[in-house]
Amino acid sequence: MSRKSLISIRDFSKEEILHVLETAREFEQNKVQNFLEGKVIASLFFEPSTRTRLSFETAINRLGAKVIGFSDASNTSQSKGETLKDTIKMVSNYVDMIVMRHPLEGSSRYASEVASVPVVNAGDGANQHPSQTLLDLYSILQTQGKLEGLTINMVGDLKYGRTTHSLLQAMSHFNPRFIFTAPDELKMPKEYKDFLDSRGIEYIETDSLNEHLNDCDILYMTRVQQERFTDLMEYERVKDVYTLNASMLGEVRSNMKILHPLPRVTEIAQDVDDTPYAYYFKQAENGLYVRMAIISYLLGYR
Amino acid sequence: MTRKELVVSALENGTVLDHIPAENVYKALDILDLKGIGNQITIGINLTSKFFGKKGIIKIEDKFFKDEELNKLALIAPKATVNVIRDFKVVEKKKLVMPEEIHGIAKCRNPKCVTNHQPISTWFKTIEEGNEISLLCHYCEKITDSKHIF
Repeated sequence: MSRKSLISIRDFSKEEILHVLETAREFEQNKVQNFLEGKVIASLFFEPSTRTRLSFETAINRLGAKVIGFSDASNTSQSKGETLKDTIKMVSNYVDMIVMRHPLEGSSRYASEVASVPVVNAGDGANQHPSQTLLDLYSILQTQGKLEGLTINMVGDLKYGRTTHSLLQAMSHFNPRFIFTAPDELKMPKEYKDFLDSRGIEYIETDSLNEHLNDCDILYMTRVQQERFTDLMEYERVKDVYTLNASMLGEVRSNMKILHPLPRVTEIAQDVDDTPYAYYFKQAENGLYVRMAIISYLLGYR
Repeated sequence: MTRKELVVSALENGTVLDHIPAENVYKALDILDLKGIGNQITIGINLTSKFFGKKGIIKIEDKFFKDEELNKLALIAPKATVNVIRDFKVVEKKKLVMPEEIHGIAKCRNPKCVTNHQPISTWFKTIEEGNEISLLCHYCEKITDSKHIF
């Protein structure tokens, strides 16, 4: 089957990951690419996600293709009880590719099995969001000049945060070292630590944000969400402990960069934005080039 | 065969599934899709077993299964034995082999999994660790452990 979809970061080999990152670099240097002129791509957002949708739709436009779709399932026939299968089959007849976001986990994998065109998963519940992972990798490569042998400090909600899980899987190709900074309630699940053990990848766990700030190359911050806590007092305590501010960055490595999938709330103070370590806004911009690269790769152009 | 009285009557031709955990006999009938077929079926539940304490047994007259049908039972009865009977004699004994993938039986434990909301047949990879069996959902990529398979 030549038709390839991107549902989980595990669908891409190391070579494919590097290929997409290289293409993204070309697109960043030359943003005007029109080689998908005449193509139509569906952008199906069964739940709202403005940032991801705008990024994908801009990528489609920059490649010269046209977009059809919806940004909310409430005024589609899903609300009349149409099955996901029927919606995908119908849309498949019109377009060359489907970009989809859906609240149910596994929905994109299923869609890729019933669709006659490639499907790009733009987030399926708490499961996978591979374009986010690729843009994280691109930002790491861009700031460090390499992916091999880096120390990544992941901070915050490591239990439920899908971005950290996917990034961990993707980075495992590149001989990394991990630091997991999280409160007890939100520690990295055992299945991911087992995965690292099986590959002989080193990791350290801590509940102190200060402890390993100065010995990492990438500080990957995530949002600690209130709804994950049963004890509200505990949430208040954790929220304050995991706030990064500029005064904490005095002795960090000079190459260290702070990434965050955004939106941030309190975990990165505003005063960090003006330090040379902040990279999260540029990271979000990188999403555009990486998504252009994903689309052109899956359609067989680059 | 020594002449001991059989608790469940003997078969002339057919299949005997023995050493099924007593509590899983009904699930076994479901998995083998035996509800509603016309063959004569004898079911024993809570029979005394030397090794298992209480066991279940299913005898199906004039029915022979393919290995892949039988192996689906490995999920709920990993120690089950299969005796193929012809003319009152055991002509073949089989043990179950855990299939690498399981389709259409068992439910994903993840309440947000698409298979629990759309008319989709479930699909799992089986993971065996020691005596424990767990299922990795092909769709949502979450693991359902052996205690929650049904």
